Amino acid sequence: MSDSAQAQVIRPPKVDRGVIGWIKQNLFPSWFSGILTVVLGYFIITSLISIIDWGILRANFVGSTAADCSGGGACWVFIGTRMDFFIYGFYPEAEHWRINLVYLVFGLIIVPQFFKAVSSRIKMILGIFGVTIFPIFAFVMIYGSETLGLTHVATSQWGGLTLTLILAYVGIVAAIPIGILLALGRRSDMPLVRALCVVFIEFWRGVPLITILFMASVMLPLFLPDGVTFDRLLRALIGITLFQSAYMAEVIRGGLQAIPKGQYEAAEAMGLGYWRSMGLIILPQALKIVIPGIVNTLISLFKDTTLVLVVGLFDLLRTVQATIVDPAWRNVATEGYVFAAFVFWVFCYGMSRYSQMLEEKLHTGHKR
Amino acid sequence: MTMKVKILAAGITAVAAMSVAGVASANTLEQVKQRGHLLCGVSDGLPGFSAPDERANWSGIDADTCRGVAAAVFGDPNKVEFRSLNARERFTALQSGEVDMLSRNTTWTLTRDASLGLNFAGVNYYDGQGFMVRESLGVTSPTELDGATVCIQSGTTTELNLADYFRANNMQYDALVFDTSDQTIQGFETNRCDVLTSDISQLAALRSKLEDPSTAVLLEELISKEPLGPVVRQGDDQWFNVVKWALYAQLNAEELGVTQANVDEMKNSDNPEIQRLLGTGNNNFGQHIGLGADWAYNIVKGVGNYGEMFERNVGPNTPLGLPRGMNNLWNKGGIMYAPPVR
Amino acid sequence: MRLSLRNDFMADKRSVRSGTFARLKNDPTIRSRTFQILTALVVVYFFWTIFQNTVDNMERRGISTGLGFLSSQAGFGIVMSLIPYNETMTYGRTFWVGLLNTLLVSSLGIFFATLIGFIVGIGRLSKNWLLSTMSAIFVDTFRNIPLLLQIFFWYFAVLRALPGPRDSIELWDMFFLNNRGAFLPSPVPEAGMNFVWFVLLAAIVGAVVLYRWARKRQDATGQLFPAIRVGIAMVVLIPAVVFLALGSPMSWDVPELRGFNFRGGISVIPELGALLLALTIYTAAFIAEIVRSGIQAVSHGQTEAASALGLKRGTTLRLVIIPQAMRVIVPPLTSQYLNLTKNSSLAVAIGYPDLVSVFMGTTLNQTGQAVEIVAITMLVYLTISLVISFLMNIYNKAMSLKER
Repeated sequence: MSDSAQAQVIRPPKVDRGVIGWIKQNLFPSWFSGILTVVLGYFIITSLISIIDWGILRANFVGSTAADCSGGGACWVFIGTRMDFFIYGFYPEAEHWRINLVYLVFGLIIVPQFFKAVSSRIKMILGIFGVTIFPIFAFVMIYGSETLGLTHVATSQWGGLTLTLILAYVGIVAAIPIGILLALGRRSDMPLVRALCVVFIEFWRGVPLITILFMASVMLPLFLPDGVTFDRLLRALIGITLFQSAYMAEVIRGGLQAIPKGQYEAAEAMGLGYWRSMGLIILPQALKIVIPGIVNTLISLFKDTTLVLVVGLFDLLRTVQATIVDPAWRNVATEGYVFAAFVFWVFCYGMSRYSQMLEEKLHTGHKR
Repeated sequence: MTMKVKILAAGITAVAAMSVAGVASANTLEQVKQRGHLLCGVSDGLPGFSAPDERANWSGIDADTCRGVAAAVFGDPNKVEFRSLNARERFTALQSGEVDMLSRNTTWTLTRDASLGLNFAGVNYYDGQGFMVRESLGVTSPTELDGATVCIQSGTTTELNLADYFRANNMQYDALVFDTSDQTIQGFETNRCDVLTSDISQLAALRSKLEDPSTAVLLEELISKEPLGPVVRQGDDQWFNVVKWALYAQLNAEELGVTQANVDEMKNSDNPEIQRLLGTGNNNFGQHIGLGADWAYNIVKGVGNYGEMFERNVGPNTPLGLPRGMNNLWNKGGIMYAPPVR
Repeated sequence: MRLSLRNDFMADKRSVRSGTFARLKNDPTIRSRTFQILTALVVVYFFWTIFQNTVDNMERRGISTGLGFLSSQAGFGIVMSLIPYNETMTYGRTFWVGLLNTLLVSSLGIFFATLIGFIVGIGRLSKNWLLSTMSAIFVDTFRNIPLLLQIFFWYFAVLRALPGPRDSIELWDMFFLNNRGAFLPSPVPEAGMNFVWFVLLAAIVGAVVLYRWARKRQDATGQLFPAIRVGIAMVVLIPAVVFLALGSPMSWDVPELRGFNFRGGISVIPELGALLLALTIYTAAFIAEIVRSGIQAVSHGQTEAASALGLKRGTTLRLVIIPQAMRVIVPPLTSQYLNLTKNSSLAVAIGYPDLVSVFMGTTLNQTGQAVEIVAITMLVYLTISLVISFLMNIYNKAMSLKER
């Protein structure tokens, strides 16, 4: 082996490098794989061609009526003309600026989180603002307030993407703390608290969300004293939040279990009380481990907001459904569903990418 | 800082207002007066009866019935907040006090009147269940529908009538039950079902939603009685009377020839019946039901008499194009009959 | 550190000295007991209030209560039923019809989702770039779109794609496909069929016995016996021979077009098809991720060790990789199965007559007894999930690492 230095450097054969090499290694490594490539390739190319043909080449993008859709492909004109309804639902047109303002503030909070140049201190301040003052601000803006001179807009008029985002945002902000409390309760030393948390979690995880929403919309009024009622939106919101917080609790419990016992003992040895040791030592570590799980739960929550349409709320999907039956437009169902699917996809995929980013950034301790 | 506090305070009060709507009281009329507007349960979109346009303005017979009650109570037909309810929610929403009255093309039946704890305050539209079929099938009578697939909306009396009818005629069918009327019409349009069944007025409304309404025909034969009307909770007779008489006032107005246009002139009429209705000439019948003397005047002024309401929403000149038929006054060949104001 | 401990110690002493109340307040046992008692009181009070309110409300509003409605006549039709059903039967019967339909779509969904999920999950780890990319796109697309939207989309797409009953797509005049569903011939057993079933059962028992014997012999002597292949041959061939020998005691009920639609045979309605498609694709995307991470969790050294022992690639996969990966895969897989079962309740959105649609939908609307019906429905789903979790816990215990 010692004389290998003198040996002539033999370059790999041509077929193993470059474009051809890549193709050979990644597309035709064996005859079975090769056949698979050909079949899959054929399938992908034909479907891509028809999708592009339908969605772009023969599609119509500009116009205002059904007559403008003459290409025979997708009729995106329809989406354009109904965009206001998809975003604001029945919200009075004169008051749309209030929702736009909320979106603007929301954007100012969210966008800096994606930039590395922004210092983490500012990000944190923005984040805290986002979960404390922003919800109140958004609520006052959207619901209206006599003292501030904003006309009151009933929740029955909220709708579209705005309603979807409201449901998702409130759900997310509320489900995490409730989930943490439930997870801590499930690992508590007090048998009664533990039992209650177990029952609570298993109940919510054991039944479909749709039955909970039915219960909230049909039965809840019977549980309350005569004459007291909750707003319908609020009822759906409570249902979704409690449902997902049970899942959240299980995810967080996984994180708590992964923290070595030594950490608990060390915290105790420092003389920290229960809440301080949890808040300062255990939870920061536990939550960090389970970020992917938490975000997955949040994504489920986001997707689950569509279920409110079965109890009669006009979320994004329902607004799309309500407009595609309009006799003035022909066969726009595919366009409508594709549009809604795209919007949901962007949000959910964005969330999962953000969690991957966060995971990498916070992956400090265990890397060797 | 003060701004922040103000926003916070506004937020808290708004949340409180949102979560608790009115505290226990059996007196619905008082509650409505205090709140300043009427909460009325309507459908989730049925042209001619209660349907919102893109700005959430509701129109239709049922919506106007709500407005009539609001006009009787407040003198202003627009003091109504409409709550859109699906078939499943409607009764619980009324039972629990979420709405003051339900005006949602609801069929009056014994079970609903008795075991659901509700009271039907009258009939604002006499309907019957019919069938809509594709013209190309060449069907002319429901008896030819053996083996058909039928689209139907869940939570309605039509589901039961359908089963009875097919069984009585010894025919088979497949019932495809959807949650909303939009879905039933989509099922019909995509040819998932041969027949769409519902109240004939709804079928007329749904047909107008088809891409080409002329491809579908409504069969003439009706298979059931469907008296539709406003509903209130049991146990509050005063409110029951208000809703009942708001409807009767519209019928009496039509009978007496009082219209939205001539109601102001009619105030000077010396016909004692009109005087009693409009509360002129020392008449104050409104006080007996807890309303002002001009309650009926306000209704007619606000939404017109029954005939006008009918013509405006479902009559021959609307997309629904329904004939007056059974819903004409008793003295014009129909069965609409209101007790006198006396 | 030591200082702070001493401080604590002194603080303790101080508290002992200063009054009974402070002592009680700082005693962890007493504190925890008080807290628990308070919690218990709050919970009991909460449920008591709800109960009281409900009873009050129902009484005041004259709403009927009780389970008596279960034995009154339903009076409405259901489009698909696995057990005999007609309008004259009771609401109790509608419950069973709905429940069976739920179980049907869930079990079919679990089967197909597992199949596709494993294929896609293994596909993501493939060396074939096209295959792994496609699998990744599949997962990222379908995981991030709400299931309800997918159900609507597939239902719509299925209905649009299929022809009407008169222009059905047909195969050998026996299988028909149109927008009323897929129609297949159904087997009608004749005399002698019972004997064939009996032989089949016996063959299965025989195959199991054979497999056990082969395992024992392998443990004892190391000799291999192709028990699985022989077993399958036994189960397939022996009943087939008996079936033919008896002169094929089975006839087929072939669907035929009568009036509006096909009658006879087995029919699969489009609602079932669309729901199954959506549930399968959605859940398969999740299962694929689980399978991928499960396989990746098995250390590469295991594969190397197996090949060092001279095991073939297939054997390695079957005896080394899969059993270890399964340990990681099974718990999340179980929760996906549970999710699928619960998600099948979205059937109500497209009119597939599952439990929620039939019982919590139509039956509730007709009787108005919301409390009883919602409670029963929830109880059913709770029972299903508790049973599945229980079975999975047993399985997990059997599969867990036995450290010696």
